Amino acid sequence: MMMRSTARRTIRISALALFALAAVAGCKHSAPPAAGLKATAAGSAIVESSGGHQVGVTGTVLKDPLVVQVNDDQGTAVPGALVEFHGSAGVSFDSAVMLTDSSGQATTLVTLGTIAGRYQLSAVTPGKSKPVSLDIVETALGYQQRVGSILADKYCNRCHDSESSPERVSNYDNLEVKPHAFTDGSTLNKMSDADLTSIILHGGPALNRSALMPPYGNTLSPADVRALIAYTRAVADPPFEPAGTVYARK
Amino acid sequence: MQSIRKILSSAWQALFGDPVRAFGVVSLGLLLALAIAPAKEHFSQWHSYQRHYLALIHDRGDAVSLRRRFQPGIHQIWLPELGVVDRCTTCHLGLNEASLGDVKEQPFRKHPVVPHSLDGFGCVICHGGQGPATTVAEAHHSERAGEEPILPTRYIESGCGQCHQNALLGTPRLNLGRTMLTRYGCVHCHAITRPDGTKVAATDHPPSLVHIADKTTREWIYSWLKDPQAYAASTTMPNYKLSDVDASDISAYLVSTSTTHAGDTAALGTKPAANADPSAGPSLYGESFCSSCHAVQNAAGNLVGGDLGPELTRLGNKVKPEWLTAWLQNPRIYDATTPMPQYRFTPQQITILVAFLQAKTDSDYGSSVHLDVASPPQIAHGRKLIVELGCAACHEINGVQKPENFAPDLSTIGSKPLTQIVFLPGMEHTMSSYIVAKIREPRAFGPSVKMPQFALTASQTDALTTALLALTNRSRTMPDNLRVAATPETNYQPAGHAGKLINELACFSCHRFNGRGGDMAPDLSWEGSAVQRQWLTDFLHNPNTLRPSLIRRMPRFNLSDSDNKELTDYILTVYQSPSIDADFTLTPGIDAGTVEHGRQLFYSKYACQACHIVDSKTDKGYIGPTLTQVGSRLTSAWVYAWLRNPQALRPGTTEPNQNLNDDDARALTAFLMSLKGPAGRGAKQ
Repeated sequence: MMMRSTARRTIRISALALFALAAVAGCKHSAPPAAGLKATAAGSAIVESSGGHQVGVTGTVLKDPLVVQVNDDQGTAVPGALVEFHGSAGVSFDSAVMLTDSSGQATTLVTLGTIAGRYQLSAVTPGKSKPVSLDIVETALGYQQRVGSILADKYCNRCHDSESSPERVSNYDNLEVKPHAFTDGSTLNKMSDADLTSIILHGGPALNRSALMPPYGNTLSPADVRALIAYTRAVADPPFEPAGTVYARK
Repeated sequence: MQSIRKILSSAWQALFGDPVRAFGVVSLGLLLALAIAPAKEHFSQWHSYQRHYLALIHDRGDAVSLRRRFQPGIHQIWLPELGVVDRCTTCHLGLNEASLGDVKEQPFRKHPVVPHSLDGFGCVICHGGQGPATTVAEAHHSERAGEEPILPTRYIESGCGQCHQNALLGTPRLNLGRTMLTRYGCVHCHAITRPDGTKVAATDHPPSLVHIADKTTREWIYSWLKDPQAYAASTTMPNYKLSDVDASDISAYLVSTSTTHAGDTAALGTKPAANADPSAGPSLYGESFCSSCHAVQNAAGNLVGGDLGPELTRLGNKVKPEWLTAWLQNPRIYDATTPMPQYRFTPQQITILVAFLQAKTDSDYGSSVHLDVASPPQIAHGRKLIVELGCAACHEINGVQKPENFAPDLSTIGSKPLTQIVFLPGMEHTMSSYIVAKIREPRAFGPSVKMPQFALTASQTDALTTALLALTNRSRTMPDNLRVAATPETNYQPAGHAGKLINELACFSCHRFNGRGGDMAPDLSWEGSAVQRQWLTDFLHNPNTLRPSLIRRMPRFNLSDSDNKELTDYILTVYQSPSIDADFTLTPGIDAGTVEHGRQLFYSKYACQACHIVDSKTDKGYIGPTLTQVGSRLTSAWVYAWLRNPQALRPGTTEPNQNLNDDDARALTAFLMSLKGPAGRGAKQ
């Protein structure tokens, strides 16, 4: 009896060690290769310049680089400060540790992990007395969600996305009843999948909303509609927390 | 010695001293030997994962059903037709479990939603790796004996491309890569045969160089050869990294062998009129919608315009004014197959446009280039280089044959055995990293490599790699019923004088007819069923824009009345849809009551004003075409059929099929047909 439990424990431990090893292997890209970098200055704040809140595709490089800036107490940029980028498992950076350039900025390309979802990144600078850090969120779309994003671009965004450019003019401002952006989590998170499905299939009037939203039930396939919903759930801000069966956790 | 013998004999005595004891010891030994196999299995990696999986699902709400679906032991997906023997599901136990979507730790996570089932296709078709292996190291990372580790996720779409030869909605990267294979001229040198035996054909249009000396100078050719991207950042011409001498000799050969083309430029003055309005050039360039195809770099360094034709930012540095004059008059004399339309400009317009385009000059570009007159040996060396580098694979060049099979065939590059590949030191031994490295810097593989340096972004390189990795042996050996063929471009050719006009105006560059042509502008295969004669005549004379939000537009061609009539007649007669009833009549007719009913349906029930404008004072929807004079433009038969099912007439159109009933469709048609536009419009302008 004793021997059995010992054996089981050894297996547990070896399994644990295995997972720890896998986790370490997964993170190895974001580990700091700090050698050869010597900070010449230190800041007291770190802010995002651009590249946060992007939506990319699993396992690929985000379109725009992530740029952060180190500032001092007066809010002026600090060149030569050390910046380290960290990311949740699976994320990698083309350079994870660097010094800020002459304009006080540190720039890196971000490769998303292979699992769809939100990735929490952080940029840390040692600071004068204690390290200061900045949290950044990027989103990775899986296959289905990306199909949704492509469909949304084709059928939906001309009204639902208020961003307008000469290449793709948005109709948003011209509509009497304003459509909800797909990222509008505060509204869309409250709607069930069934409600979203029926408004896509049968148009606004199905939920007693504006007829300006036409029915797509004869144009999109059921898989297309599921993809669209998966996409809106993936980009919702605040994040979508699926209701449904809540399982007990350890 | 004595003592060892003593110990051995006492041990022998202790173990096998009497028969009963001996029997016990032998039995014990046998038992241990028999236990080796089960113990080995018990301590195997996959077994530990299976135990871990059971522990993971133990506390979940649906543990009972998860446990019921769990089967211990080695799992295998065997698909002999596809050559798949995948044991991945031995450890990846939750792939089909919908409720395990929130599990973050591998190997238990649910597989993301994809269009195919795991049991039908297995894993390695998309992911690569070693399917039959039962340890993580062997399945994921093995590089032994030319085995490939699993494919990085960014190339995963190459899996789709093995069966799907057509463009899929969900694989933008693969689609881009395939477009690049044909647009960047890869297939001029590398032959690629699809599994169905058809060849991948190039879609770019490398200019013929047989009359090059008429077009440009030897100095420009030299600068261009040295660095094509310095002249036009967007060009697809690669950089051959030529030495000064080599570039000079090649330019000498091209210029010395160039023949004069038959253009008649004598009648046209090349000097701009002294009193020309300085705004005439830009406005003619704008009116002619040159920017639908040609891009120009603006002050901020961004390219503005289409990519169908070459970038014009520094055109003045390149072309000779007399060539440009002749080209604008009739591009087909210089190049019979050019996608550039023959605009039918007046001589005065040509003068204005030539002056405007010639002014697009960068005074720094090529200013330091001074070439001495080339000697015959230098010219001969230039020819040798042209043959060696395979310039004639893309360009027509006097005195040099187009080489056949100039570069390795890439039809099955995705399955090329790794043992046949020479990797660079420090390189990952995988096909994907080899292809990426080869595209990124071909000459890194040795100075004798002929492949030139392409100017590609990282994502373009990844896209190209994805398309190349899809070219596998499996894509050729799989059963035919799994293969989805590409839609081949037809060789449709319109007939007669109208056919000649359509070619001259290069309608195929933007429009599609019967499966051939571009996708910038609407498919016109059924245009004859859609539009009314008077509208079409007016439109060809002066194309006005139907969609206000479009920036690529149809240019105006100065067609003569007889040419216009010829084209109108041909389009109305030939481009007819078989599904549109030409004798369609509205019942009840377009009476006030039906029109009003249609108006209400338009505004209330179907809210078409979300995308269309009917009354330009109140409506603001400009996604679809403006409908203020649709009654003078479209036929009622087309409007009715369109309303019933837009996708049936134009597959993929964004207007949703609202599944209208017959009465509503007729009332809406009556309303739309009543919109004749403001009085006086529609008459000839």
